[in-house]
Amino acid sequence: MSNADPKGIPPDSNLVAAIRSGDQTAMAALYDRYSSIVYSVALRVLGDTGAAEDILQDVFMQLWRNPNAFDSNRGSLGAWLAVITRNRAIDALRKRRPENDIEDVVISVETDLASEADRSRAAEKVRGLLGSMPAAQRSALEMAYFEGLTHTEIAAKTGEPLGTIKTRIRAGLTTLRKAFQE
Amino acid sequence: MSGHEQYAEDLALYALGSLQGEDRANLEKHLDSCSGCRQELEALRGDGALLAVSATGPKPPQRSRQRLLDAVASDPRDSSSPAPARRFNVWAFFGWAAAVGMFLVVIQLRRQNVSLQEAVSSLGAVVGSQTIEMENARRVVDTLTAPDAQAVTLVAGKNPPQPQGKAFYLRNRSGLVFVANNLAPLPPDKIYELWLIPPDGKPIAAGLFKPDAKGNASVINPPGIPAGVEAKTFAVTLESATGPHDAPRGTGVMAGGA
Repeated sequence: MSNADPKGIPPDSNLVAAIRSGDQTAMAALYDRYSSIVYSVALRVLGDTGAAEDILQDVFMQLWRNPNAFDSNRGSLGAWLAVITRNRAIDALRKRRPENDIEDVVISVETDLASEADRSRAAEKVRGLLGSMPAAQRSALEMAYFEGLTHTEIAAKTGEPLGTIKTRIRAGLTTLRKAFQE
Repeated sequence: MSGHEQYAEDLALYALGSLQGEDRANLEKHLDSCSGCRQELEALRGDGALLAVSATGPKPPQRSRQRLLDAVASDPRDSSSPAPARRFNVWAFFGWAAAVGMFLVVIQLRRQNVSLQEAVSSLGAVVGSQTIEMENARRVVDTLTAPDAQAVTLVAGKNPPQPQGKAFYLRNRSGLVFVANNLAPLPPDKIYELWLIPPDGKPIAAGLFKPDAKGNASVINPPGIPAGVEAKTFAVTLESATGPHDAPRGTGVMAGGA
């Protein structure tokens, strides 16, 4: 999962270490690296450019103020930022206070998302997997992830049993994991 | 996953924030004590990150970059001096632990004193409760001023912000006064718990507490500490609010050796 770059581009871990010591140029470098994914996730959830910009600002300022919240041993910074962004955007969408401190969001993912090319490949692969899923399963996953609906709300919206919704969401996530482990 | 198949579907929903109600409460209780399911939860969040990556779209406007860099510039931070200078000077001048400790004790004593005066003037029948409160106040002062009292500073492993705590412990009288600041706000389902850890390593619960809006908290003479027990370490953990609270199950917040 290393994001070290043979061309001399500093890896995420170096930039995060620099941020810990208050290096503002490192913050700019990380913004240039990950602002597109953060903004895209926020925009996908909120559907509003102004609100997405606010989330973008909020997420990077949290990283600036608390860089120790990110544990580089658990996976890529890009994936972590994507999850933090999604959670903050859902909180904003549902007009509620943040449910998780960023320190509480521990994720484990090996997929490297440091470069634009990495992200494009991953995005294309995920979209392909979603497209190959049964429509009901894809819909349940997207309602949970991008709309922040609870399983009860999804069941009410689709008219399907709670157990079916649970099974579909778990199976969908399992499909994604297996595809990226191959 | 590493086991507990019965939780598999709920874990997937929980990772996406879609599990609510009793199912969520039951799962969180289980997660407190099951490292295998916690690892699976981390992996499921990673799976969710892959979903997030599928959300490609336009790049943010250029003004967002400048807005962030302006905000960063106005919020400078240097890890070599994580605490603001103003705060450092205050601590240096007063001796932070003693100041905070004594301040809280004074507040506590004043509160108890007022309470006692009101009780004396209006309720002669509550002499018994006054005596108890005065005894508590006396124990607080004893704990802070006795020459054989232990004073232990607890610090967190991360910064900033850096939670800090100070424990004053009088072993022979089971007196314990603990004050803390810079504590992070609690999630609604969590609570902080103080532990006294004797040399045998088996933690003794020393009180549950919640910080105020400024991140300050205190624990005064919690019940249940056996007289004479030696303290090797004091520690604070973040626990489930619904318990159980008889042994540490949550994440460590800070610790300090006596």
